[in-house]
Amino acid sequence: MSLLRVENLNLSIHGTPILSDVSLTIQPGEIFGVVGESGSGKSMTALSVMGLMPRGAAVSGGALLDDIDLLASSEAELCDLRGREIGMIFQEPMTALNPVKTIGAQVAETLIVHGAATRAEAILVAREKLDRVGLPAEKFPMDRYPHELSGGQRQRVGIAMAIALRPRLLIADEPTTALDVTTQAQILALLKSLVDEESMALMMITHDLAVVSGLADHVAVMQHGRIVESGATAQVFRDMKHPYTRQLFAASGHVPTRRQQGKKDRILAVQEARRSYPLPRKHLFHVQPRFVAVDGVSFELYRGENLGLVGESGCGKSTLTRAILGLDDLQGGEIRLFDKAVTSTMPRSERARIQVVFQDPYGSFNPRWRVADLVAEPFHLTQLPPNWREKVADALTSVGLSENDMEKYVHEFSGGQRQRIAIARALILRPDLIVLDEAVSALDVSIRAQILDLLADLSARFDLSYLFISHDLSVVRAITDRVLVMKSGKIVESGPTTEVFANPQHPYTKELIAATPKLERTSA
Amino acid sequence: MRLPRTLILGSVLFAIFLFAALMSFLWTPFDVETLAIAKKLKTPSPEFWFGTDHFGRDIFSMIMVGARTSIAVAVVAVGIGILLGVPLGLWAAANHGGWLDEVIMRGNDLVFAFPSLVIAILITAVFGPSALNAIIAIGIFNIPVFARVARGGALSLWTLEYILSARVAGKNKLRISVEHILPNIANLLIVQGTIQFSVGILAEAALSYVGLGAQPPTPSWGRMLADSQTMISFAPHLALFPGFAIVLTVLGLNLMGDGLRDLLDPRIRRDRG
Repeated sequence: MSLLRVENLNLSIHGTPILSDVSLTIQPGEIFGVVGESGSGKSMTALSVMGLMPRGAAVSGGALLDDIDLLASSEAELCDLRGREIGMIFQEPMTALNPVKTIGAQVAETLIVHGAATRAEAILVAREKLDRVGLPAEKFPMDRYPHELSGGQRQRVGIAMAIALRPRLLIADEPTTALDVTTQAQILALLKSLVDEESMALMMITHDLAVVSGLADHVAVMQHGRIVESGATAQVFRDMKHPYTRQLFAASGHVPTRRQQGKKDRILAVQEARRSYPLPRKHLFHVQPRFVAVDGVSFELYRGENLGLVGESGCGKSTLTRAILGLDDLQGGEIRLFDKAVTSTMPRSERARIQVVFQDPYGSFNPRWRVADLVAEPFHLTQLPPNWREKVADALTSVGLSENDMEKYVHEFSGGQRQRIAIARALILRPDLIVLDEAVSALDVSIRAQILDLLADLSARFDLSYLFISHDLSVVRAITDRVLVMKSGKIVESGPTTEVFANPQHPYTKELIAATPKLERTSA
Repeated sequence: MRLPRTLILGSVLFAIFLFAALMSFLWTPFDVETLAIAKKLKTPSPEFWFGTDHFGRDIFSMIMVGARTSIAVAVVAVGIGILLGVPLGLWAAANHGGWLDEVIMRGNDLVFAFPSLVIAILITAVFGPSALNAIIAIGIFNIPVFARVARGGALSLWTLEYILSARVAGKNKLRISVEHILPNIANLLIVQGTIQFSVGILAEAALSYVGLGAQPPTPSWGRMLADSQTMISFAPHLALFPGFAIVLTVLGLNLMGDGLRDLLDPRIRRDRG
């Protein structure tokens, strides 16, 4: 008998249809993957099952957990079910925990709320569950606070909370999206072992086909609130009956066509760059300790080249980026752009040769400016040319937007379109080098594929070089000629991208590559 | 978009007093500086809507002119706070973590540490009681309020990527503060401004009450209250009308502040759907 059966679930919010005819069945002890891009309704499916729909939601159809009708249950009944029968793990480990309660208290809380244990018993169970998720007592006592833990460790606490009452169904909504690849691999392994050993079923919601392909028994692909294809994972990935599944698959592994450029004209030279931050003084008369974020980094970048810089969060890549952009000064070594030193006081004409595209398509623009003014902002470095509006229009057309978009505000654009505007802004001065700081990390796979194509095309047309900074190895692999691997402020490995990926030398590179989920078509 | 009800109610209340204040420049039912002892202490009647005081002056007219004093003092005091406080706050945020930030914020703490009304009394006592000195005294205590609000709002913006983009475009801190930060914290400042405005009106009333605000014969709500207190048992309307004027203006401004916050804060706006 199936554990969860969702039949013809329809959901609309304030009259806007969100889900239509969603049907899926989850068996006890299996991993069921729900894959889709943002807005496909995958999270809303999970929230409907939990009875956590937003205000104004109208729902019809059926959702049965064993023989309990979840849609007909009262809020009190659902409260009892949540946590006891259905556990949930959220995406953002930074906000899913209460910052003012200890991790032990938060895990124990689930037990106490459900009356499953007295306070003393709950503490014992909480300890046991924390051990189970890989937070042993000697290193992680119960009185730790969330801020003392890393993102991966917090996600483990979140999992401990979800499994505290041994629910039969665990719903994980993008549980590893906010984590580094090596941490992601550990969390995925933990989830898999929980399903195997505790006979829970796992509903795994993700945008990442590769994560699902290595993990799930069954998979459902969602688009526009519908399940377009579902079945056994191996079969779905082999047959790919629906065009959207094929499109998603193609986009995930998309490699833009680029021509290799052989010019040996050096643009950027970083020599023994060192950047450190002061740490709080431990004692009034002691020397102030410093945290070295970038520790003796050297590399060069040539015209037309795409150079990748890979590393996990905290490795120093953002600090290095800021130094390369001339926003912060180095404490040692130097950075030269066309043989002129890069400093925070460099002349504007030099600054104009390097531009940047950031990660967050929402935080990258002043919401009160029109697109024309946003794109024209770098003209501050030169002079505002009399025909600046023409140039803005040109830049917008070259990134696939139209001249008519100039008078709009950014909130009228989607994430992918905003990233195009950010690229237009970086292009407007025709720089020699564009730094792409996680520029495609926040985008859905199909949009990401389009942006990567656009970047490849622009690089060829305008003879641009890119410094491509990312934690995502598959993207770096697709678009760069040469790659640098960074760890704890140092470059541990560098070389042509194909060679580094085919034959990694440094143990850390090997670990990174091994941890990256792979998406392979089962048979062609 | 639907306006919050608090905003409508608050604006109407405040608009009445603003209108009365502006109107008083052109016309009042009676001249507020002419004494008519024969008509003293009249209760409200068709001739004297709010009655007359112990010198026979029309209370309605005095309330109108008093509104002018209250609003003028509050406007200038808030203006001083915004003109000096906001640049200080923006400056501190732009140099976050540096010594400038420290100096500005500790200076703020210093001003905050003094009970504002007592210092206002000190200032007016030293420099002589007058509306101008009241304005300066109240204005000084508005500076740290606006500096804090501006700094807090600006700090969260300085971490955003569009500020980094502007820095990559070579813009300096001053330019970024003016072009990017200020427009995006304007709503915070407007809401705070409304609240400080009501605080200013209360402070002016308090200073006038102890005789340190606008000097006779200029009518002021605070002094009308002070003058009436010995006669409250047989002529309660003397205290009632200026009291109501103060309460209703402050209430109106506070409601307006709440409503504006609801209107301008995108988070609350979204929740209201």
